[in-house]
Amino acid sequence: MLGKLTWAAIPLDRPIVMVASGTVGLVLASVVGLIIWKGWAPYLWREWITSVDHKRIGVMYCLLALVMLLRGFTDALMMRSQQALALHSGGFLPPEHYNQVFSAHGTMMIFFVSMPFVVGLMNFAVPLQLGVRDVAFPTLNSVSFWLTATGALLVNISLLVGEFARTGWLPYPPLSELTYSPGVGMDYYLWALQIAGVGTLLSGVNLVTTILKVHAPGMTYLRMPMFCWTSLASNLLIVAAFPILTATFSMLLLDRYLGFHFFTNEAGGNAMMFMNLIWAWGHPEVYILILPVFGVFSEVISTFSRKPLFGYRSMVTATMVICVLAFSVWLHHFFTMGAGGDVNAIFGIASMVIAVPTGVKVFNWLFTMYGGRIVFNTPLLWAVGFMVTFVIGGMTGVLLAVPPADFVLHNSLFLVAHFHNVVIGGVLFGAFAGYTYWFPKAFGFKLHEGLGRKAFWLWISGFYVAFMPLYVLGLQGMTRRMQHYDVAGWRPWLLVAGIGALLILAGILTQIAQLVVSIRNREELRDLTGDPWNGRSLEWATASPPPAYNFAVLPNVEGEDAYWTVKEAARARHALREEPEYVAIEVPRNSPTGVICAFFATMIGFALIWHIWWMAGVGLLGAWATFVVFAWRDRTEYEIPAEEVARMDRANRGERTTALARAQAVP
Amino acid sequence: MNRPGWRQMGLWAGLASAAGLVAAAAFRPGHATAVPGGPVGDLLEDEPASRGPLRSKPDPNHLGHRAGAGNRQHNTEHGERGTASKRIIAGYGFWIFLLSDIIMFAAFFAAYAVLSGETAGGPAGKDLFDLKVTAVETGCLLLSSFACGVASIGAQTRRGAWFYGGMAATLVLGTVFLGLEVWEFAGLVARDAGPGRSAFLSAFFALVGCHGLHVGVGLLWLTTMMAQVWAKGYRPDILRRMLCFSLFWHALDIIWVAVFTIVYLMGSGA
Repeated sequence: MLGKLTWAAIPLDRPIVMVASGTVGLVLASVVGLIIWKGWAPYLWREWITSVDHKRIGVMYCLLALVMLLRGFTDALMMRSQQALALHSGGFLPPEHYNQVFSAHGTMMIFFVSMPFVVGLMNFAVPLQLGVRDVAFPTLNSVSFWLTATGALLVNISLLVGEFARTGWLPYPPLSELTYSPGVGMDYYLWALQIAGVGTLLSGVNLVTTILKVHAPGMTYLRMPMFCWTSLASNLLIVAAFPILTATFSMLLLDRYLGFHFFTNEAGGNAMMFMNLIWAWGHPEVYILILPVFGVFSEVISTFSRKPLFGYRSMVTATMVICVLAFSVWLHHFFTMGAGGDVNAIFGIASMVIAVPTGVKVFNWLFTMYGGRIVFNTPLLWAVGFMVTFVIGGMTGVLLAVPPADFVLHNSLFLVAHFHNVVIGGVLFGAFAGYTYWFPKAFGFKLHEGLGRKAFWLWISGFYVAFMPLYVLGLQGMTRRMQHYDVAGWRPWLLVAGIGALLILAGILTQIAQLVVSIRNREELRDLTGDPWNGRSLEWATASPPPAYNFAVLPNVEGEDAYWTVKEAARARHALREEPEYVAIEVPRNSPTGVICAFFATMIGFALIWHIWWMAGVGLLGAWATFVVFAWRDRTEYEIPAEEVARMDRANRGERTTALARAQAVP
Repeated sequence: MNRPGWRQMGLWAGLASAAGLVAAAAFRPGHATAVPGGPVGDLLEDEPASRGPLRSKPDPNHLGHRAGAGNRQHNTEHGERGTASKRIIAGYGFWIFLLSDIIMFAAFFAAYAVLSGETAGGPAGKDLFDLKVTAVETGCLLLSSFACGVASIGAQTRRGAWFYGGMAATLVLGTVFLGLEVWEFAGLVARDAGPGRSAFLSAFFALVGCHGLHVGVGLLWLTTMMAQVWAKGYRPDILRRMLCFSLFWHALDIIWVAVFTIVYLMGSGA
């Protein structure tokens, strides 16, 4: 009846796991309890869970990422303390548990922190920057989000029910085959990522279509803000790369469930084919993560330097060149495969070539700042911290792209230091910059500036203290993923790295404090104009938080830096534009399709993991029925009357008029 | 013996026609508009014009920007007209999705190419494939695409006989195709040539089975589509779904052409 699922699946004999999942369960239960007790549930259901508004979905993506960051970072702390203790001893984590911890850490951080964070920022900002009312397919957007959340949920269920993968964040066969990983951990990993991967793919399709086909009048491709361009490149990569991931995991699942021989040792299977396929997705994946934050930095640097972005067209070109080259370097992840000197040389050179467009970008940012009137706000601090850190990470990357050097450093802590250098110093700093930058747009008040600065300094110093020692350890020959070790000389460096992790912990706690303090003091931090940073692109042309329809009247774009030109005109004229003629606006109706789909997807995933076949069948039937019910809807939109649009827009125009008068009173 | 040469030429011709079909179909939603210069076409045409003013104005703060950002003399550039129609957005978005699906098939094709020689002492393609059956399968699928096209025209012109007739014919032909494939698979498993026999057979079953799964999902969609038109009539949103369905069905044809060529034709000769 319940397949492989029995009471033995709950690890009652492992206190660390029980305490951890008990805490998670307690927090979850108290949050749900609070929501019910305060009577917030109907509001949440109506306004958020069933929302098809791209801004709300974007916010929920970012929230998911922030919560999962706590989970992934807890894993990081466990690894750092294990390695600090485990000289000549077993440490406090048994090997099979330690293996799950580092696997879960990588999986969490890439798929459920970095991905939702950048997808959330893109969802939130891209339609606003394009000057339109929503993405191309609003309900599909909600489905995408909830499928991603399903994946995250399944990975977290594995904490209590069963186990997680012990194979690392990419499950290389033959270790991940049924023979060597007979447990459900591997299946949790595969099904969670298959479901989340479908969500990501659909969101990629949605955003590509939005950017290429849905525009405000006059918003030509070469007038789009840089963030839209980098989002386009990133989503093109999602559309081109995620299907490979789906196919590869399907092959591994067929091996595990139906006795196929894609990657097995027997019957002609080829394990190296998995490495090739997975990195044909995996290398584009790192650009999927980094390109959107390149866009965030472009927006932030240009806004806070009060200058248009230097070399806009070269930036567009560099972005698209990276987008294409992303598919030509996957083999540098396994130079040690033994493909031969000629093959390795080609991929080594291709990897180094990617440094060229990236260098173009760094210089463009520097020249944007050069001669600008710079305002050192928190988002710009993240941007400057990124430029310094990312360049170091890039240089160690170029070093690893030299095949002979890679043979020495492959799978060492040098590699671990390198990719944390670019993922933390790049993706995460960029996500935090975007979070601080667009927070006032999403909620109508800024984040506390002082605590933001403190968090930045704790994060960046913590990063250097935690990861520079890993470069040294890598050069000394320490490999990654070691549960214990016997070299006394490594210990001091690992202790330093542990201190770095604690500094980062302080940074995260400061960020939580910043959020709490900012919400408490929101009246003082309130921004009524909708343009708190003196921004340049269209998201600042509407109220904060923007109304469901984004713009009372779709803006007519007449050049790059669309909103800046509007403001210039207003300053020259000492007045805003004439009040437009307001008309009623059609907005898509909310729909529970996404969350119901996710419910059935969770059911299917859980059933397949535990071999509960009837339940998987029920889930599939339910998912199909959900789509049919959605397709049978007769009313897909509702109308916001012209008076309502006028009332809201007049309020915002009033604030902007006051702000304009105040700005012009100051000489 | 110049037979291999001929076969290779046939293969290339098959691949080229598949690529041609992809390209032709990719431009379809665009040509459906009445706007001069389809949405895909004018992106390419405008490139030289939009690059023009860059050379003429050396303003250091605007380096790399379009000179005189406010001027509107090049307002034929893409996107100037604002948001495309819902029909174009739906068709375009669905094609992007289909391209991703085709990439997924590409991964299965790559795996098949790597593993096709790994028979582990078991049967190879030439011992197993019956080209007569696959020829019938191919005929069914190609005819079903024609029937699907008839149904699309019927839906657009709101002629029930054409729509329901075309859809019913698609359904019958698709079911025959799927039935033959299941029958072929069952025969292979019965002869101890199932997917667990060798890596070659794993790759074969996964690739061909994945296509078959798509056809199965397509048939489910087809019946739902017919029921919807019957219940709701030819509403614009339902016609958009019909557009997506026909794109899907034709894409399956394209993939089958590649499967037939690479798996069956090349496999039964090798």
